[in-house]
Amino acid sequence: MSIKYSEDHEWVDVKEDDLVVIGITDFAQEQLGDLVYVELPEVGDECSRGDNISVIESVKAASDLVAPVSGSIIEVNSRLEDEPEIVTEDSMGEGWFIKVKLSNPEELNDLLDEDAYNKFIED
Amino acid sequence: MSVGSEIRTTPFHKMHVDAGAKMVPFAGYEMPVSYPLGIKKEHTHTRLRAGLFDVSHMGQIKLTGEDTMSALESLVPVDIVDLPLMKTRYALFTNKNGGVMDDLMVTNLGNNSLFLVVNAACKYADYDHLKNQLGANCEVELSEDLALLALQGPKAAMVLSEYAPSIKEMTFMTAKQVLINDIECFITRSGYTGEDGFEISLPANNAERLASLLLSSDEVEWIGLGARDSLRLEAGLSLYGHELDDNHSPVESSLNWALSKVRRSGGQREGGYLGDNIVLSHLNDCPELKIVGLLPEGKMPVRDGALIEDEDGLEVGEVTSGGFGPSLDKPIAIARLKTKYTKKQLKLFALVRGKRIAVEVVNLPFVKHNYYRG
Repeated sequence: MSIKYSEDHEWVDVKEDDLVVIGITDFAQEQLGDLVYVELPEVGDECSRGDNISVIESVKAASDLVAPVSGSIIEVNSRLEDEPEIVTEDSMGEGWFIKVKLSNPEELNDLLDEDAYNKFIED
Repeated sequence: MSVGSEIRTTPFHKMHVDAGAKMVPFAGYEMPVSYPLGIKKEHTHTRLRAGLFDVSHMGQIKLTGEDTMSALESLVPVDIVDLPLMKTRYALFTNKNGGVMDDLMVTNLGNNSLFLVVNAACKYADYDHLKNQLGANCEVELSEDLALLALQGPKAAMVLSEYAPSIKEMTFMTAKQVLINDIECFITRSGYTGEDGFEISLPANNAERLASLLLSSDEVEWIGLGARDSLRLEAGLSLYGHELDDNHSPVESSLNWALSKVRRSGGQREGGYLGDNIVLSHLNDCPELKIVGLLPEGKMPVRDGALIEDEDGLEVGEVTSGGFGPSLDKPIAIARLKTKYTKKQLKLFALVRGKRIAVEVVNLPFVKHNYYRG
């Protein structure tokens, strides 16, 4: 299907109508610098759009991963707990964070497409 | 003196931008937090080779007059009167409650002249303090046309001695005036990374020329404020606004080593600075608070502000600086704890986002100092 973006610098890869994979964009990982720890939510947790669902720790500071959509978390990338540097190396692929089953797929319409996101980060 | 609201730049600003630095506002200046190398590699580079830091945002103050040495002693709990010529000493400005206004480096230039390096965020307050307290007898000059570079790491002396062979003779906390390609440099063998190294004060209009010269060595890379902080954290060095603040005496910040004997109770020049009764009582009684190192269990960093509690959930202190130590490859922190809870066998926990992280009390520094003492 397609990849959408949030203004909080997450990507949302729409796999099926109500199933998405979420990670942070390359721009976000560059801004954060070297990552040293990722705190992931539990499988089965429910999230609402705007919730802080994960904490990303760089050498310098802790930042939140903000849920770009609502739903239940069906899988987390537990590799990140031991190897947070995967996010730096491959933020759009191996460095994914969570898979979410959407409770309100309509929310996808509020996200940005690639062109709109690229324009957003230029401003 | 007042500070404008607009953000300022140092003489190296263009070099940082050209080097691809990520620039952030810091203490009123736009400063490089990291370069394309990234904080971890910048940190490691400094520990293994030589890192070049722009610290021109810091305050460089010259005190001149008739009796500057004893004048400055009225503001710091440190022996300045007997500070030998061209030697540097660490000192603290106290307030009337015995708290710390700022920490600083003092060098005796001779002829009743002292050179002070103070923190960027405090420099105008320090200047006002010096003017108000000593202005009647001393000339106080806060330089606006000097740059300050720090060259730190085990290769720093080798690199710098190519241009100034005489620096090889310098030992830790000594100073020298040298010419490097006709540039007047005032050099102290000091720094804030725990490594051997130098701080170089020089005229701003020659700043880029000297930095380019030093960077022409394969051993030298620009290092940003991010790695500067992780380096000083591993070295267990206090930072104003973290381990040091207005509300805690130098003793409660475990800086007893910096309080000179002659200024202590029974010393020849006992007390005689702001808040001396409080500082001396903390020094003579066992202080209730102490600074210690903490090693958190696991990989989650414990950062400043995190509360520390014992097994029963009783609050026993707070993290003052915390993060990740690239040389140890694990989280490290510095905390101020109630003294009776600093025994190593006690089980303590840091609270991070509602979770309890087990922490072990350890001695500072985390990484051994490598100062050159001759």
